[in-house]
Amino acid sequence: MAKEFIRDDGRKFDELRPMKAKVGIVPNADGSAMFQFGDTIAIASVFGPKKMHPQHSQNPEKGTLRCNYNMMSFSVEDRIRPGPSRRSTEISKITEWALEPVLMIDDYPNQVIDVHIHIIQASASTRCAGINAAAMALAHAGIQMKDIVSSIAVGKIDKQLIVDVNKYEDSVFDEGEGATDIPFTFTSKGKITHLQLDGKINTEDFKTVMQLAREGSKKVYEVQKQALKDAINGGKE
Amino acid sequence: MGEKNKMEKMTTPNITKERIKKYLAEGKRFDSRTPFQFRDIVIESKVSKNAEGSVRVKLGKTEVIVGIKMGVSTPYADSPDKGTMMVTSELLPLSSPRFEYGPPRFPAIELARLVDRAIRESKFIQFDKLCIKEGEKVWTVFIDIYTINDDGNLQDAASIGALAALKNAKMPKYDEKEEKVLYGEWTEENLPVAKDLPISMTFHRIGNNFLIDPTREEEDVSEVRLTVGSTAGMISSMQKGNSKTLSMEDLNIILDNVESVRKTIAEAIEKQSK
Repeated sequence: MAKEFIRDDGRKFDELRPMKAKVGIVPNADGSAMFQFGDTIAIASVFGPKKMHPQHSQNPEKGTLRCNYNMMSFSVEDRIRPGPSRRSTEISKITEWALEPVLMIDDYPNQVIDVHIHIIQASASTRCAGINAAAMALAHAGIQMKDIVSSIAVGKIDKQLIVDVNKYEDSVFDEGEGATDIPFTFTSKGKITHLQLDGKINTEDFKTVMQLAREGSKKVYEVQKQALKDAINGGKE
Repeated sequence: MGEKNKMEKMTTPNITKERIKKYLAEGKRFDSRTPFQFRDIVIESKVSKNAEGSVRVKLGKTEVIVGIKMGVSTPYADSPDKGTMMVTSELLPLSSPRFEYGPPRFPAIELARLVDRAIRESKFIQFDKLCIKEGEKVWTVFIDIYTINDDGNLQDAASIGALAALKNAKMPKYDEKEEKVLYGEWTEENLPVAKDLPISMTFHRIGNNFLIDPTREEEDVSEVRLTVGSTAGMISSMQKGNSKTLSMEDLNIILDNVESVRKTIAEAIEKQSK
């Protein structure tokens, strides 16, 4: 059954949208990258490590990672009021948690690394695209890292499990058991640095979809890795 | 309170943290609970009489008050016949030396959003029954959470409070001719909610060990947490917190314990609302 299921955009249940990634898109930044899942486009830039101001915010034990996620007002059908919202504040923090486990943040006492993420065009999975772009931008900035993270949203529409949720599946679909959206972020070694879930899913399906997410994250990782290589020496090892 | 005592409340000393870890590795806690044992859940209802519903929830020394108010507003364009809801929370400076006045910071925002999602995603509130005039007027359910004392796990206390308050909330009277709410007068009807409670619970990992319902000290040692919203056999929301990783095996351990924790909390809420 699962094999024959075709999604509204013609994909198979475990097929990702076409991905694009590019490193070095903001010349002024210390590191920058773009990541795209189909119609969802995120850009990220990194400034730092630099001295933390004000001084009382400095942490002498380790550096501080400070992320800011923002959707451009025109990135969705109904214009979003510019400026921070409760949703964007939460996603910013979740992005910090998703990225920090792979950073050697202890190497930067009293310093701050700023990561700015903007969604230019949104069609679901924006936080995942943002995290993917930010991870690449951090690597591009030469921040000491143990690994890189790759993020992907899996989910369920009615009873069908799906990988890389699109806008229709995330916010339009409303039949049977409805839609469930589960963004995951993995290290390349398969540790989970970020996990959220909205919807309705039983434990068995959750365990299956977790494996699908892990497989999907490997595909994201390959795209990120290639883009980083392309930025250094024209794609050669 | 002396200055020294106050400082200890601001941070948990390292020596205490080490002992919590050591105890937990042997499956023990300072208050003699087992790792997956909740503190006694005490729910007192109708604590504020002008609210449509209100409760006080205590988990040991942790205490929150949750109130429900109903308002009338215009529906969202994409659901003209459905009511709406809004959750806010305030970490009152009254409840801990760690909290300060000012616009809500991340912890308060996260607290409210996790409560919001557990209720919204499970479709606990029957929004289709909260329509007054399609496309023009619908009821908005305001769920407001105030912390009274923080001794850990405000998150789950707030979720329990929100469900208990929703369950005992009465619909206010509405004057159809004048098109206004007659606040202070209530109908006999309860706020329309589903039978299954979407219970939200937070698992914490310290080293390789898990626990639930941490005290303030234990929460200070927590390395990573996962909040899970669940109705019987189904998961309706999840959120991982903090900058440490979880393995897929960790998730399996958590999932294996969701059902028994869910039952404990659900029974406590059902008991008070009878």
